[in-house]
Amino acid sequence: MELDEIRDAFAFFDAWEDKYKFVIDLGKDLPDLNEADKKPGNLVRGCQSQVWLVTELRGGLMHLAIDSDAHIVRGLIAIILAAFQDRPPAAIRTFDIDGLFAELDLLRHLSPVRGNGLRAMVRRIRQEAELAA
Amino acid sequence: MADLHDISSDFPILARSVNGAPLTYLDNAATTQKPRSVIDAIRHYYEHYNANVHRAAHALADEATAAMENARAKIQDLIGAAESREIIFTRGTTEGINLVAASLTERFKPGDEILVTEMEHHSNIVPWQLLCQRSGARLVAGAVTPAGEIDLDDFHAKLGARTKLVAVSHVSNALGTVNPIETLIQAAHDQGAMTLIDGAQAVQHFDLDMRRLDCDFYAFSAHKMFGPTGIGALYGKANLLEELPPYQGGGEMIEHVAIEGTTYNQLPYKFEAGTPNIAGAVGFGAAIDYLRGLPRQALREREHELVRLALSRLKQIPGVRIIGEPGERASIISFLIDGGHAHDFGTLLDQQGVAVRTGHHCAMPLMERLGVPGTIRASFALYNSPADVDRLAAGVEKAIEFV
Ligand SMILES: Cc1ncc(COP(=O)(O)O)c(C=O)c1O
Repeated sequence: MELDEIRDAFAFFDAWEDKYKFVIDLGKDLPDLNEADKKPGNLVRGCQSQVWLVTELRGGLMHLAIDSDAHIVRGLIAIILAAFQDRPPAAIRTFDIDGLFAELDLLRHLSPVRGNGLRAMVRRIRQEAELAA
Repeated sequence: MADLHDISSDFPILARSVNGAPLTYLDNAATTQKPRSVIDAIRHYYEHYNANVHRAAHALADEATAAMENARAKIQDLIGAAESREIIFTRGTTEGINLVAASLTERFKPGDEILVTEMEHHSNIVPWQLLCQRSGARLVAGAVTPAGEIDLDDFHAKLGARTKLVAVSHVSNALGTVNPIETLIQAAHDQGAMTLIDGAQAVQHFDLDMRRLDCDFYAFSAHKMFGPTGIGALYGKANLLEELPPYQGGGEMIEHVAIEGTTYNQLPYKFEAGTPNIAGAVGFGAAIDYLRGLPRQALREREHELVRLALSRLKQIPGVRIIGEPGERASIISFLIDGGHAHDFGTLLDQQGVAVRTGHHCAMPLMERLGVPGTIRASFALYNSPADVDRLAAGVEKAIEFV
C-alpha cells in the first residue's frame, strides 16, 4: 500500500479499534519471508516479538524483505515498507520515520522500551542505507 | 476489621485511566502498586529526617538510623528470622542472589554442583553460571513437568553428594506454581547441600517463618510487596553469614581500615557497603506496616477466589490455552490465545486499559521446556476485584475479534 493511502485511511479513524484492525490487516497482507531467510543472521531480536530483515540493493534502490511473528508488528512493518521500499539509500537515510509514526499516533510502538524489535530494525536499515550511499 | 472493598482506594495510582479506559492493573508479579502510606513515609523521611545513617552524632542521623534499623526489625519479624543481623538490605532479589553467589565463590571447586530448576527466573540462574565460571563448579537444572511443576523424581535424582547448593524459587513468576520448598530444603540438607530460596513472588502471599523453613538464604524484593523499588532483603543464617567474606568493600562495612589490611564490621553491616537506600528501607517498613494492618487471611481468600474466577472465565473463551496447571497456584495465570502472538494481545489489552505482561518473563529455559515462545501473564494482588476479571475477560474476547 502507498504511504498516502495509509495516511488517508488513518485520517478517518476515530476509534482505536478501527486503527488497530487496519494495522493488523496490513500485517496480514504483508508477504511472508521465506523460511530459509528466517535465520539467526537476519534476526533482529526483540524482547517480546522477533523481526527478520533481509536487505538488498537492486539497481541502486534498497529492496527490503521483512517479517515478524506478531500481527501488529507485521502491520507496522508494512507502514515502514511503504516509506522505505525500493527507495534510494539517501532517501531512506533522511526520511523522518519518527515523524510519520507520530503523525499516525503510533510512535510508542517505535519506542525502544516496547521491546518489539522495530526500533532496532529501523536502525539496521539505516545502517545498510549508510553503507550503500 | 478494615472493609475489604476499600483496599483499592489506598492506592492512588489505581484511580488513573489508561488509553481512555480505567486502569486494570494485572501486572502485579512485575511490581505491585504502592499504598499512600508508603508514598507518605518516603516523603516524610525526606522532608523531616533525611541524614546518613550510623555515622554522625546529630539528631537527624539518629532518627534516620533508628528508622532504618526499625525497618530491619520489621522484616525480621515478618519472615520469622531469629535475629535482626540475619537481615541484609539489598537492592532486591537479584542483588541478594548475586551477593550469595559472590561470597560463596571460595567454597566451590571443580566437580561441585549447583542444583536449580528449569522454572527459575534468570536472576536465579545467571549468578550461579557466573559462580561456575569462577570456580569450575557445574550448574544442573531439575526438570519441569508439562503441568509446570518441579519434577520431583528428576530433582531427587539430580540431588547428590556433589550438590553443594540448591537454589529454587518459592513461587514461579511465569506460571504461578507454588513449589514444595519445605521438602526440597529438607532433601538438600539431608545431602549436606546449602539452600537458597528465591522468594520474590512469595512474600506478598504467604506468612513466612525462617526458623521453621530452615533454608540457609531467602531473597526477596520490597517492590513486589507494595514497597518501593531499589530495596530488598536477603535473609541468611547468622553462622553462615559470619563465615562468608564480604560482597562489596567500602564504607559502613568496615571496623578498622589500614593500608596493610582491614577488619570487617559485624553482621549485617559487613554486607552493606556504602550509603544504603535509607528512603527505600523506610518505605519497605511502611509497606510491612500496611500489610500487617490488613485482615490478611480474609484478603488472601478473596484473592484466591479471584484467581479461580479469572481461570474459569479465561478457560471459557474459545482459543484460550492456559499454560501451566500446577496443583497449587499463587496469583499468576499464564496463557496463550490461538491465532495471534502474545505481543498482539498484550497491545490490544493495553488499548483497553488492561495491563498484563507478555513475553518470556525472564524465564527462557522454562519457555523452552514448555515449547512456547512466551505467554500472556495476568497477575493479581489484594486490591484487584471481580470487575478487573470482567475487564480482562472482555478485553481478551474483544482482542480475539481482531486477529
Ligand atoms: C521469581 C523471581 N525471581 C527474581 C526476580 C528478580 O527480582 P528483582 O528484579 O526485584 O531483583 C523476580 C522479579 O522479576 C522474580 O519474579
